[in-house]
Amino acid sequence: MSTPENTGPGPDPLTPVLTRRWTAERSWTLESYEELDGYQALRTALAAHPDQLITLVKDSGLRGRGGAGFPTGMKWSFIPQGSSGPGAKPKYLVINADEGEPGTCKDIPTMMADPHSLIEGCIITSYAIRANFCAIYVRGEALHPIRRLRAAVAEAYAKGYLGTDILGSGFDLDIVVHAGAGAYICGEETALLDSLEGRRGQPRLKPPFPATAGLYASPTVVNNVETIASVPAIVAGGSAWFREMGSEKSPGPKIYSVSGHVVRPGQYEAPMGITLRRLLELAGGMKDGIPLKFWTPGGSSTPMFTAEHLDVPLDFEGAAGAGSMLGTTAVQVFNETVSVPWAVMKWTEFYKHESCGKCTPCREGTYWLEQILERMVHGEGTASDIETMLDICDNILGRSFCALGDGATSPITSGIKYFRQEFLDLVAQQPVVARPQQLADMERAERTISTSLSGASA
Amino acid sequence: MTLPEGNPETNSAVAAAPAERQWSAQPHPSPVSPTFDEITRRRAKEIIARYPVARSALLPLLHLVQSVEGFVSQDGIRFCAETLELTTAEVSAVATFYTMYKRTPCGEHLVSVCTNTLCAALGGDAIYERLKAKLGIGHEETVGEPGTTGSLTLEHAECLAACDLAPVIQVNYEYYDNQSVASAEALVDALRRGEKPPPTRGAPLTDLRTVELELAGFTDDPVAAAAAVAGPSAAVETLRGVQLAAERGWVAPAMPAEHPALPPLPEK
Ligand SMILES: Cc1cc2nc3c(=O)[nH]c(=O)nc-3n(C[C@H](O)[C@H](O)[C@H](O)COP(=O)(O)O)c2cc1C
Ligand code: SF4
Ligand code: FES
Repeated sequence: MSTPENTGPGPDPLTPVLTRRWTAERSWTLESYEELDGYQALRTALAAHPDQLITLVKDSGLRGRGGAGFPTGMKWSFIPQGSSGPGAKPKYLVINADEGEPGTCKDIPTMMADPHSLIEGCIITSYAIRANFCAIYVRGEALHPIRRLRAAVAEAYAKGYLGTDILGSGFDLDIVVHAGAGAYICGEETALLDSLEGRRGQPRLKPPFPATAGLYASPTVVNNVETIASVPAIVAGGSAWFREMGSEKSPGPKIYSVSGHVVRPGQYEAPMGITLRRLLELAGGMKDGIPLKFWTPGGSSTPMFTAEHLDVPLDFEGAAGAGSMLGTTAVQVFNETVSVPWAVMKWTEFYKHESCGKCTPCREGTYWLEQILERMVHGEGTASDIETMLDICDNILGRSFCALGDGATSPITSGIKYFRQEFLDLVAQQPVVARPQQLADMERAERTISTSLSGASA
Repeated sequence: MTLPEGNPETNSAVAAAPAERQWSAQPHPSPVSPTFDEITRRRAKEIIARYPVARSALLPLLHLVQSVEGFVSQDGIRFCAETLELTTAEVSAVATFYTMYKRTPCGEHLVSVCTNTLCAALGGDAIYERLKAKLGIGHEETVGEPGTTGSLTLEHAECLAACDLAPVIQVNYEYYDNQSVASAEALVDALRRGEKPPPTRGAPLTDLRTVELELAGFTDDPVAAAAAVAGPSAAVETLRGVQLAAERGWVAPAMPAEHPALPPLPEK
């Protein structure tokens, strides 16, 4: 096995910052956290003016780790401040811990191993945006992280890091750990807010954005777990330190979750911009030596890559430049034994199941895409199916109410882009027989989609 | 036929649902939802007190209801409606939206097999098919008398955020990682016999109702709950990156010895 070495200047290949405490004895306890410098950044932060913290995070270049990569400091600065007008309303911090994007598995280990880093981040962020209530919305299936977070919140209250007059600063904060109930769409920030308000988790029309009308129609910051867990380190190290890792526009360390057909799947925290080639070396290479076929850079909603893309830098610009997105750095690796049409069908079943049904292109489109793919994989595809699917995707992308619809098209369009021949071969193997039922289905699909669009554009 | 203007959500609660409105005035314990005892009612109040706005308590309340009945029954819906002064239609609309709220009585344990693409490719589909055939049940169906020892509800689940440990099963939302058809069969056999094999990550196995109570934020057994927090979490996979870095001596750039001065206040 070739050993990756740190060649040349720049940081080491792996830079544990968020993961550095994970191997500590009882790492989830306050005692362990404090032994490893925990809650020191909070003291520095509370001694500063909140706006200084916003500037610090802006300077650091930290970008959201929940998928979209929005600059975090800028998001915080959108919260209206002041004693009159919109600034006078209560402000809220909501942590998006709904981790459900297929392939993504970084927030759950973070909350299990090091819940206090998230809580310290929440306190600093709440102080910066002047929020006195913070909710951590954790997907309900993440039971053990919920336990650990609740225990950590209780410890933080007991130690005076939460509650009233935190460390004598005059700042008050309550944190609630809120369990979701199983719905991927609740990861979308406005659906999450509706869900947190006790409603069906369906996305809201934007604008207004959460920064002006979020939770309870008040100014709200929604940030991902990994984003906020990065904040204490930024306070402790400074923005220049943070920028020693990664690139100008995508600075800092990032947890890459490598899964699938590799020898050693796992969580690898590296400076942003690491390549799959490097990650594969670290993860011991492809399992059983079977070659790589396709992979996702950041979950199933990010268009797939192939072996051509081994050297694409996995940061926001690099992934986008190569026609995909960085997403959640959920690197799912598939070898040559996996059929692309099958994988695309499985992902499409997921989007169909999770479509919240609010808008027609996504609700109907995912339904028909699933029908076509299932039929194809089960031996009844036609050559025109490929164009039909591309057409449906075209009608979903950019025309859905939220990004779930866009994401649903990613596996299909990228799968066909790189593996069109495999779809054609699959169809060609299938018997040429009249399939009246299927033709009727297709016609209905086209009718529904065109009706939905004329409806949507009106 | 003439339809009323607007819809029940936008119209005033009184006009929309006169029948439902009466429930909030019921004496406690309510004759409408007698299943829920005094402790549950007190817990419901505690949940509401956690939030700035009462309705935010609805999801936890539905978990609470599930902990009492093993599923969300019509009584459960009424209980939530009554507690939050909502209509039953409003509560039903929420309860049916989320997959974790079950509409039929569940087994002692809920067995969720991840069949999303990555787990499926590594064996999750085969595991689910085998368990279906073995137990003779399908998605969200139960083998055994619901609630009795050894009864199981089976479901296929979407990505459980443990892809580095694929294929993954959860029992009552505790993780059983790196499964195979054989290990999954052994797991359900043990559960059927009334045993509680320990999860790879999570607390010692209890049952679905206990876990739903935990999700709502309560415990009937504080000692067990405290121990539960310490249940294992760090799988080999989870720690691979940190351990490899330690072996090779790789570290993040050193932080300054003192926290650096914060940037000056921006000019207004
Ligand atoms: C369908 C869908 C699911 C999402 N799921 C998550 C999620 O599980 N966790 C998350 O942090 N962001 C998720 N997001 C992104 C959020 O909408 C939002 O951008 C993010 O929480 C903002 O935090 P950040 O700026 O710290 O990344 C999702 C978006 C969509 C459209
Ligand atoms: S795109 Fe899909 S998930 Fe998003 S609002 Fe429309 S139907 Fe709901
Ligand atoms: S695909 Fe099964 S845990 Fe992610």
